[in-house]
Amino acid sequence: MNILFAFLVIAALALVLGFALAVAAKKFAVEKDVTAEQILAILPGANCGACGFPGCSGYADALSKGTAENGLCSPGGAKTSKAVSEILGTGGAVETEKMVAFVHCRGNHEVTAQDYEYRGISDCNAAHLLFKGDSSCKFGCHHLGSCIEVCPVEAIYRDEKDNIMVDPEKCIGCKKCTLVCPTQVIKMIPYRGSHAVACNNHDKGAVVRKICSVGCIACKICERKFPESGCTVSDNLSSVDYAKETAQIADAAAACPTKCIVTAK
Amino acid sequence: MHRLPTFRKGGIHPGDKKELSQSQPVERLPFPDELIVPLSQHLGAPANPLKEKGDAVGMGEMIGEASSFISANIHSPVNGTITEIRQITLMNSVSCKAFVIKVDTENPAVEFTAHPWKDKSGEQLLGKVKELGIVGTGGATFPTHVKLSVPKGKSVESLVINGVECEPYLTSDHRLMLEQTEQVLEGIMIAAHITEPKNIIVGVENNKKDAIERLRSVISEKKLPIEVVALQVKYPQGDEKQLLKATINREIPSGKLPLDVGAVVLNVGTAFAVYEAVVYNKPIIDRIVTVSGEAMKEKKNVRTPIGTKIADLIAFSGGLNDNVGKMVAGGPMMGFAFYDDQIPVIKGTSGILALERKKEKKVKISTPCISCGKCVAVCPMGLQPTRLFRLIENRQYEQAMKLNLMDCKECGCCAYSCPSELPLVHGMKLGKKMGRK
Repeated sequence: MNILFAFLVIAALALVLGFALAVAAKKFAVEKDVTAEQILAILPGANCGACGFPGCSGYADALSKGTAENGLCSPGGAKTSKAVSEILGTGGAVETEKMVAFVHCRGNHEVTAQDYEYRGISDCNAAHLLFKGDSSCKFGCHHLGSCIEVCPVEAIYRDEKDNIMVDPEKCIGCKKCTLVCPTQVIKMIPYRGSHAVACNNHDKGAVVRKICSVGCIACKICERKFPESGCTVSDNLSSVDYAKETAQIADAAAACPTKCIVTAK
Repeated sequence: MHRLPTFRKGGIHPGDKKELSQSQPVERLPFPDELIVPLSQHLGAPANPLKEKGDAVGMGEMIGEASSFISANIHSPVNGTITEIRQITLMNSVSCKAFVIKVDTENPAVEFTAHPWKDKSGEQLLGKVKELGIVGTGGATFPTHVKLSVPKGKSVESLVINGVECEPYLTSDHRLMLEQTEQVLEGIMIAAHITEPKNIIVGVENNKKDAIERLRSVISEKKLPIEVVALQVKYPQGDEKQLLKATINREIPSGKLPLDVGAVVLNVGTAFAVYEAVVYNKPIIDRIVTVSGEAMKEKKNVRTPIGTKIADLIAFSGGLNDNVGKMVAGGPMMGFAFYDDQIPVIKGTSGILALERKKEKKVKISTPCISCGKCVAVCPMGLQPTRLFRLIENRQYEQAMKLNLMDCKECGCCAYSCPSELPLVHGMKLGKKMGRK
């Protein structure tokens, strides 16, 4: 008899609570944004933040509400942009060029002079607090690898000469490394670019020559002798204009006295 | 036993090493051949240059103009010619433009004449302080005219003068209080004329008994409304938050200024600079620098022109011994280690120290945190340095900001007491920089 009583109480409770849950589910139902979910499914899911929104779901929400522009997803590129425009029905995918990060410095401690020896926290921004880094060149890479730590796809690595390099095949163009870098020596270049100037020093040639053997000394050989290479020198530093870059840049790289024009692959 | 007042939370007692230089009277450094005068010698925006290469400048002439409210004018410390405008990095790693001035060795200085000030209004005096680029000489170099500008609706209850000088080794404020007592007190009265406080307090740590006595005797002789409070010796009492707690028992809430609790805090050196500005129309073109440390041949207090290269100052003190382990600009707790002796002395440089190299410890290597909690116990701001450091190491800057990282004033108590020798202050500086982004 006792057991029956217990059974009845539990059954009655289950009925009441079940009904309450059913009512609550109907009444407080959260409307799901189907479009946002569809978009989220095709976004790369790297949650890199390159679009400026908090992760892929943030960007998907903003897209479905129409508050964000299509084409901000650099890891996804043109393919994702096309798929998004199909879902949104807006048509006309945004053609974005694939950009990759490039460390514009090859000045490791063997080739660049040092002001002092840094032994503090292993973080580029921490070293930057002390006289803008231990290297005599205040524009270059600190070689402590904060960018390696923030890269979401492990595209940045340290080569055998202690230079920090970016693998353009792995890079998704999220720009996280450019934001963490205290000297802004990491800049974005087009994926198709074949060469880049691996120097960021805006000092005069005579100053650079004293402290670094692989720095741009602004001799203008690349600009004058190879006008079709795309190289231009401004503010004591050569840079490649990728809209004008031709195969001639390989000759410019070979002629560069400090060999600071390097292949970007 | 009667105990002297101090602040309550945290604090440490490092060996004060003041005996090395506290009995040395202030000497005047002869003008060197060349001065380097940076355009950013203060907290806030750098000044805009008013002169160009090749221009002749006169002693006390304005050569850089304040570029915003929180900024300060820069003046030439000497008669001479500008030979170059150079980009330099100061010891606090601020990069700015600097005038390189070749000193006119035949006729380097001009005489400043005294003017009466008592008939002038507070506003006129404040204008003088602003015009002559007076900044706090304690080290933080906050523009003094900003501190003395009391906004409408707020009144100043206490004007607290900071004669604590809690950093070990430094004796420049001590010597100033002893040798220029009348001038310092008149500077305090000028600041009081501007801010109109109800009471004026000078806080001095009890390791400077002669200065306390001297101040008290001059005050009673001149019948000035100033009270001198002797404080217990404890670091970092020279910080304005700790000083206010010790002298007027007020606590400044997080992120607020002394003015929010009705106080204005000035350093004795700043009071002296205010005196010179108002009475003699003289900007901060020189200051007393303590040249000390076990590895310095002669320990001195030197009145040094702003822009003097540290190398010249070291040469004046007889050079360095062989056992130099570290060179520091400022005090050993909050100062900056530097490697380049071509950096100039600026308005906030209170000392140049050559610290000894310790034989047993060649390289400082930090070991992992053992969670002993010493840093928490000594933090005068009641923060948890170990937790903040761990967050900062893992790039959790926002989380660290939520735990009031910005209240950290980099006094160094935590790093001083850390048995693992973790670079805690360096970490806090990093976190503050990244958290602000």
